[in-house]
Amino acid sequence: MGSSRKTEIFVGAFVLLALLAFFVLAMNISNLGSLGSDKGYTVNAQFDNVGGLQPRAKVTLSGVSVGRVTGISYDKETFRAVVTMTINGGVDYLPSDTQASIYTSGLLGEQYISLEPGAEDEVLAEGSAVTLTQSAVVLEEIIGKLLVSFTTKD
Amino acid sequence: MILNFLQSIGAYVLDAFASLGRASLFLMQVLMGIKDVLLRPRLLIRELYSVGVLSLLIIVFSAIFVGMVLSLLGYVTLVDFGAESSLGVLVSLSLIRELGPVLSALLFSGRAGSALTAEIGLMKATEQLASMEMMAVDPIRRIVTPRFLAGFISLPLLTIIFMALGIYAGYLVGSVWLGVDEGSYWSQMQNKVEFWHDVVNGIIKSVVFGFVVTWIAVYQGYNAMPTSEGVSRATTNSVVYSALAVLGLDFILTAIMFI
Repeated sequence: MGSSRKTEIFVGAFVLLALLAFFVLAMNISNLGSLGSDKGYTVNAQFDNVGGLQPRAKVTLSGVSVGRVTGISYDKETFRAVVTMTINGGVDYLPSDTQASIYTSGLLGEQYISLEPGAEDEVLAEGSAVTLTQSAVVLEEIIGKLLVSFTTKD
Repeated sequence: MILNFLQSIGAYVLDAFASLGRASLFLMQVLMGIKDVLLRPRLLIRELYSVGVLSLLIIVFSAIFVGMVLSLLGYVTLVDFGAESSLGVLVSLSLIRELGPVLSALLFSGRAGSALTAEIGLMKATEQLASMEMMAVDPIRRIVTPRFLAGFISLPLLTIIFMALGIYAGYLVGSVWLGVDEGSYWSQMQNKVEFWHDVVNGIIKSVVFGFVVTWIAVYQGYNAMPTSEGVSRATTNSVVYSALAVLGLDFILTAIMFI
C-alpha cells in the first residue's frame, strides 16, 4: 500500500504541474488572458490599398490594442480592399464617424490599424462599416512622388 | 544480375509493407485493450509514474538550458538591430511551435521509449509474456496497453512543462542577466503568441509525437527476437525509428499548421 500511495502522489503532482504550466501558457504567454472570452463585434472598412496588412494584425485606439483584423478580401463592385476586424465587446463607444488608418509599427515593423474616434453620437455596432479610411503608405509611392517633385522643381 | 537487383528491391519494399501492416494490427489490438485499462486505473498510474514522472528530471533540465541558450543567442543577434525587445517573441514562438514538441519527443524516446522497449523485450525473452498467456491473461492488455496509454498521455504533459519552463529560463537570461526590459519581454510575447494558433497547435504536435513514439517503442519491444542481442537491437531500433518519425512528421505538421 505504501509504495502504491507514493506512486499515486507523484503522478498526481506531475499532472498538477502540467496543468499549472498549461495555465501559464494560456494566460501569461499567449493572448488568451487579454482577449479571453470577450466575443467582440465585427466591423468592415474599405481601403484603397492595404499594403502589407495581414489577418490577425492589431487594431489599436491611441496605441491601445482593442481588437484584431479577422479577414481581408476584395470587393469587386467598389474595386477596393475590404478589411474585417473584430473589436473587443468592452469597446462599444466608438462614434460612427471613426477613422481607420493603416500604419506601420517602427521603421520595418508590421502593419496595424489605428482608429481615431470621431464626434457623432451614433456608435459602431456589429456589421457596421467604417467609411473614413486612410490607406497604407507604400514606400515606393512616396519615393516616386519625391522624385517627381524633385524633377519638376527645375 | 539485374533481376537479382530488382528482386532485392522488391523484397525490401514488400518487407517494409508487411512490417507496417503487422505494426498496424498490433496497434489495433493495443487500442482494443484501452477499456480494460480504464477499468483498472492502478495499472495506468504505475506506468504513468515510470514513464512520465521519471522522465521529468531530464525534461526540466533540458528545458531550462534550451531556454537559456535560445535567449542568449537571440539577444546577441537581435541587439544589432536594436530589436532586443522582441526577444520574448523569439524565445516563446521557437519553443512553443518547434523546440518544445520536438526536443521533448526526442528526449522522451531516449528516456522512456527505450526503457519500454527493453522492458517488454526482456519480458518476452524470459518468457514472461508466454507464461501469462498460459494463465489466460492477455499480455497485450495487461502489459502493453497500459504502457502505451501512459506514454501517450505523458508526452503532451511533459511538453507543456518544457515550453513553460523554457520560456521562463529565457526570461531569466534575457531580462535578469542581459537587461532586456521585462515589460517588453512579456507584453510583446502576449501580443504575438496566439493561444489557438500557436499553443494548441504545439500541443497537437506533441500528441501526435506521443502516439508515434510509444507505438514504435511497444511494437519494437513486443516483436523483439527473444535473445539478448534481439532486445538490444530492438532498443536501438526503437530510438532510431522514433527520432526519424518525429523529425519527418514534424516537417509535415509544421507545413500544415504554420504556413
